[in-house]
Amino acid sequence: MESIASFHHQRPSWKDFLYQLHFIGVKSQSVVITTGAATGMVLCAQTFLQFHKVKMDTATGAVVSIGMSSELGPVLAALMLTGRVGASMTAELGTMKVTEQIDALRTLAAHPVDTLVMPRFLALLASAPLLTAESVVVGIVSSWWVGVNLLGIDSAYYLVNMTRYTDPPDVLTGLIKSFVFGAIIAVVSCHKGLTCQGGAEGVGKATTEAVVAASISILIVNFFLTLFLSRVFYS
Amino acid sequence: MIEVRDVTKKFGSQTVLQGVSLDIQRGEAVVIIGRSGGGKSILLKHLIGLLQPDSGTIRVDGEDITTMDERSLLRVRRKYGMLFQMAALFDSLTVEENVGFVLRRQGLESETEIRRRIDEALDMVELPGIGHKMPSELSGGMRKRVGLARAIVYRPEIVLYDEPTTGLDPIAADNIDRLIRRVWETLHVTSIAVTHDMKSARTISNRILMLHEGRIYSEGPTSQILESTDPVIYRFVNGISTPQKSE
Repeated sequence: MESIASFHHQRPSWKDFLYQLHFIGVKSQSVVITTGAATGMVLCAQTFLQFHKVKMDTATGAVVSIGMSSELGPVLAALMLTGRVGASMTAELGTMKVTEQIDALRTLAAHPVDTLVMPRFLALLASAPLLTAESVVVGIVSSWWVGVNLLGIDSAYYLVNMTRYTDPPDVLTGLIKSFVFGAIIAVVSCHKGLTCQGGAEGVGKATTEAVVAASISILIVNFFLTLFLSRVFYS
Repeated sequence: MIEVRDVTKKFGSQTVLQGVSLDIQRGEAVVIIGRSGGGKSILLKHLIGLLQPDSGTIRVDGEDITTMDERSLLRVRRKYGMLFQMAALFDSLTVEENVGFVLRRQGLESETEIRRRIDEALDMVELPGIGHKMPSELSGGMRKRVGLARAIVYRPEIVLYDEPTTGLDPIAADNIDRLIRRVWETLHVTSIAVTHDMKSARTISNRILMLHEGRIYSEGPTSQILESTDPVIYRFVNGISTPQKSE
């Protein structure tokens, strides 16, 4: 709530926002690309092995594309961001809390939410959909490469079936989910950091709690978002 | 300028402040003394609204800060500067960025003017030319001096010091004491420090308040408190751990 109120009181610093955008968006690319590629290749192989039994090899591309776009892409990218970015945010803010840097900020008439939370929150909202899109594209390309070069699926049929059965709502569902997941990671991680108690042990505990709480929240929210968005787009 | 009335504060079952009342006038140099863990730093954090009391009122220039929310408190805190026990410098920023933090955040002045004021503040704490360094490259005494520069660069009316000489060698401690005295004399601020360092208290105050068992036990001019024969004050000032038989 305080993050929303912050919009009315203080314009976030562009310098801090760009710094966080670089840390979250640019430096997380290797993680989400690797995750997308690995997931796409495995999903392709597993789907092919089952579909091959009923002579539906060329439908593999469609399953991978829809699965990556609407479910696996956003969820796995969000979980990886929770581990890489969320943990870092909680540890950084928690250390600032236990070393009185947050109190120092308050004495300097700066609200911690305006100064520390908003740049991270906005950077995650901007980065999460872009990173998810990148992860999905890499996953689909990887699955195509595995399907065509290792599993012997005809490239033309693979691509035609993929584009025929993957609808814009599938892609949109994934992007909306990633936007929400980005907000969850930022809110949970910053909250745990700013309410951290004690010394080094407290920071460690807060970081663990942040990763667990954000991960579980993402998985639960994903289920309800799937139901909600499918009704919105397909009813 | 600051009126504290019947302030109480509990943490769990432990009562730290039990009805503290005190007044601090504009331009005074006040030191709050008392045993470690006796609530001095807690009281100091109440004076700037970092902590809220369970009951009681704290008025700053007539405004009750105990009923204010965090955003309203930001306005009141512009009157304050604070030096923390471990300096609490922002470790991701350089010395220059730390000292200029408020000035740049307010954005009211040109970059040239901001740099001039940062240099002026660093000169005042006798640390010219270290603006490019990171806090991790500084000694404990230097960190406190940078913390002091950050606290005074925007010319606050009240400067709070939380254990300003703790953890410093005697020479570095004396250096900090001289700087605190100089800030009080040259900037005409209201100076409020908590310490259990009696040498420091003698140097930086013109009035001492003693916090004992959660209350203001005694107050008076510095020389009067330091020469008091009251058993509680005498034992504290002279560092005597157990009552002597003659008492």
